[in-house]
Amino acid sequence: MTELTQYALSSKSGFGRLALLVFFLGPAVVIYAAFSVYPLIATMALASFTTDQAGAYHFAGIDNFILLLTDKDWRGPFWNALGNNALFFIIHMLVQNPIGIAIAGLLSLPALKFRATYRTLIFMPTMLSVVIIGFAWNLILSPLWGVSEGFLKFLGLGSLFKPWLGLEGSALITIGLISVWQFVGIPLMLIYAALLNIPEELVDAARIDGLSHFRIFFHVKLPLIMPTIGLVSILTFVGNFNAFDLVYAIKGALAGPNFSTDLLGTFFYRTFFGNQLQLGSPTMGATVATAMFLIILMGVCIYLFLIQRRLERHSF
Amino acid sequence: MAGTWENTKMKSMFYKAALAATALVATAVIAQAGNLKIESWRNDDADIWNSKIIPAFNKAHPDIKIEFAPTAPKEYNAALNARLAGGTAGDLITCRPFDASLELFNKGNLAGLNDLKGMANFSDVAKSAWTTDDGKTTFCLPMASVIHGFIYNKDALKKVGGTEPKTMEEFYTLLEKIKKDGTYVPLVLGTADQWESATMGFQNIGPNYWKGEEGRNALIKGTQKLTDAPYVATFKELAKWGPYLGTGYQAQTYPDSQNLFSLGKAAIYAAGSWDISTFRSQGSFEMGAFKAPPPAGQSDCYISDHTDIGIGLNAASKNAADARVFLDWMSTSEFAEIFANSLPGFFPLSNAKITVKDDVAATFLSWRGQCKSTIRNSYQILSRGTPNLENELWNVSAQVINGKMSPDDATKQLQAGLAKWYAPQK
Amino acid sequence: MTRRFGPFAVHTILIAYSMIAIMPILLVVMNSFKARKAIFGAPLAFPSSETFSLIGYSKVLGNSNVGMFFFNSVSVTLISMAAVLLFGAMAAWALAEYRFKGSTLLALFLSIGIMVPIRLGSISILHTMVSLDLINTRLALILVYTAQGLPMAIFILSEFISQIPKDLRDAARCDGVPEIAIFFQVIAPLLRPAIATVAVFTVVPIWNDLWFPLLLAPGKETQTITLGIQQFIGQYVTDWNSVLAALSVAILPVIAIYLVFSRQLIGGLTAGAVK
Repeated sequence: MTELTQYALSSKSGFGRLALLVFFLGPAVVIYAAFSVYPLIATMALASFTTDQAGAYHFAGIDNFILLLTDKDWRGPFWNALGNNALFFIIHMLVQNPIGIAIAGLLSLPALKFRATYRTLIFMPTMLSVVIIGFAWNLILSPLWGVSEGFLKFLGLGSLFKPWLGLEGSALITIGLISVWQFVGIPLMLIYAALLNIPEELVDAARIDGLSHFRIFFHVKLPLIMPTIGLVSILTFVGNFNAFDLVYAIKGALAGPNFSTDLLGTFFYRTFFGNQLQLGSPTMGATVATAMFLIILMGVCIYLFLIQRRLERHSF
Repeated sequence: MAGTWENTKMKSMFYKAALAATALVATAVIAQAGNLKIESWRNDDADIWNSKIIPAFNKAHPDIKIEFAPTAPKEYNAALNARLAGGTAGDLITCRPFDASLELFNKGNLAGLNDLKGMANFSDVAKSAWTTDDGKTTFCLPMASVIHGFIYNKDALKKVGGTEPKTMEEFYTLLEKIKKDGTYVPLVLGTADQWESATMGFQNIGPNYWKGEEGRNALIKGTQKLTDAPYVATFKELAKWGPYLGTGYQAQTYPDSQNLFSLGKAAIYAAGSWDISTFRSQGSFEMGAFKAPPPAGQSDCYISDHTDIGIGLNAASKNAADARVFLDWMSTSEFAEIFANSLPGFFPLSNAKITVKDDVAATFLSWRGQCKSTIRNSYQILSRGTPNLENELWNVSAQVINGKMSPDDATKQLQAGLAKWYAPQK
Repeated sequence: MTRRFGPFAVHTILIAYSMIAIMPILLVVMNSFKARKAIFGAPLAFPSSETFSLIGYSKVLGNSNVGMFFFNSVSVTLISMAAVLLFGAMAAWALAEYRFKGSTLLALFLSIGIMVPIRLGSISILHTMVSLDLINTRLALILVYTAQGLPMAIFILSEFISQIPKDLRDAARCDGVPEIAIFFQVIAPLLRPAIATVAVFTVVPIWNDLWFPLLLAPGKETQTITLGIQQFIGQYVTDWNSVLAALSVAILPVIAIYLVFSRQLIGGLTAGAVK
């Protein structure tokens, strides 16, 4: 805070200062607290209750959590979903972010024609609803209608074709790649902007020293955008561990084949709202939700305390 | 000058909000007088309700306005439960069979309908899906059942010189013929969505093995286990189907299956009777149907005749009297006639004698007279615990057809899951 | 040596990836103009004179409610975005500018919303809306979406505001301009580039959301376009022509908003929204 700000604030009466803060922060905090935080807390509080046949609630402490972690029929699906989420996250870190960085690097090359067109086209999938994405990719990958099979045959690779979305070994990876296709625009956008922020002089100096664009990217640009890459990573983490819509649209709440595409999000949905003959259990659903929240919180804290500190922020 | 800009914006926002709230309250008050809203997952039927059913009712009762307001099927259970919890659900609620609706009744969301005059038009079997365990209270009016079997493309069978199979052995002979001929995919069933494997696979041919209601009630009583011979035999049959399904059937979704058959690319479609109307509107070839063939040497046959849709009264409805009038009308033969003929494949459960004009639907209906009817064996009581038997059934049926699980392992997993929480099976 | 990664290679890679990005969308739009049989009979084929069909579009656009659906989607999205921007900027300004006891805690409190999907609290939100008598209103959706979008917006805008040179603010204070005016007259205009960034993160999830319209505003007058499309998807039968036509029509406004904002978007990012 500058001296003048301090002066501006302190020159007001206590009430005036409070009024100022309430004015600026009030609307956001009230709406957020009333319609986001309070419902979340109210829902997660259900995790410490159980229901009986008539729907009445009884306090149960941490019984639900113990059930989730020890009972064979709860911990199996839970750890399976958690493992799938981890794999989902790894796919995004290994495919989505490097592609985003690479394309951002290409787009930031000086004197590139059609830059805006490429940017728009590559960003488009991010704007689509999962209904379109689910339909389009189901159609493309379907063994019945020949789209991807025909394409592979055209390349002479017809024997490689498999019904990937239907096989346990490949279903999750396939959906992960579809998700990468959908969301690559976001890291692309953020990293592209970070690259644009690098001053011309640094790049020019390196050019004068005779470095190729390639080397400039790896030795000059990349180290400078590390904080943005860190941000992208943590956003990817949060987004992946909350993922639900795409799997739900393509595979339904039962996330087959044989739960190989089951994520914490679909596991939560099934538990909380029910699925077919399985009745929804708000209490166990809240337990799963709380577990999800704690997992994500843990990940964010690990990132903040271990990684964020070590990233240098460069201001120009 | 300083505060005016944001002041006007805030003010106008406040007034807008106040206006909106007032308008909403006003319309809410108006909307409630004599209007009935029906909750349903049958998006497909919206046209029929609006053009046939509701006008027919209004001829006799012009003062009762009805709105059929379906929700997409995937979201129906979740959205309905949320609306009931929030008090915004409609007056009439389309009921899923058995536990999903029983739970609503136990929580006080559905009203008891024992006193409804029209209830006398339904048999005990029809009502069983919507009656409490002790048999004392019925909480939904039965609407329709669906029957399972196999629909086939007449051209395809003609091409290979095949006839409707009377036994399972003949069934495979026919499939072999079609496969050798190569023009048509022999059997249509995809495992990607999993439910078809259980519903049009296991529950379709199974009743012939576990003798319909005998087997089903034995499971409930605990005198039969899921690892017994009839159930293993059913899975053994399903395990044979893989080679006759389309290539890549593991990624074949339900819409894919429908399209495959209606485009004339396949010969036999493992069916629920609801698909008759789908193929009528989309297909351009002659269709026939045969029931699930029993194994050779077995003289009696069983069909899956599953009580599928009911309709109940929201206990919190403000128009309960009008709603009961409508429910009474739905138990008449007039409603049954309109419903059965507008939606061939959904068979009204009332005792009224009706004629079904669609020939394939009539074929399905005729099986009621030839074979004994049964409902799907996982629906009553047995899917109340964790792990959920129906979900498990979907899972293992798909795996068995995919060749990823042996019939023995499948039944072992089902039995272990059931025995874990269901006392009679322990 | 510098030519090793020549322009030809660069453009090839970019074109290839652009194709991957665009093809599925083109597939949907192209097939929306074909008769149902032709969609699955030959998905890659262009609509020919035999297969060309506008039946999907006529059903969708002929449906008298489509205009209202669009109006609902557009109004809810734009008003929510405006609320998120206004309240978010105000809050971000206070957090960045005024240090007070508990400001870091408040900042952390506000960022929890980024980590947890708002859907978890659905039932409770429904109860709240019922008690406020806001069921089947667009206002209910606006309130929920605003609450959903605020955390991310505040996060982005805080970073952005901290980049604004302190001299500007101090100069205004020297002139004796009141605090509120400083925000609206000095700071707010400078935030224009950041609007695009926040818009993208806010608009797309709102436009494509199915869940909250289903829960809070399923009435005929308040349905959004995403919810409206669902009527073509039945339990067993899907009206593919109408679904594809509706999907194609629903993409257009989002793309339009993006094109309008994309210039601003990069401008906003490079001006230091996120580092």
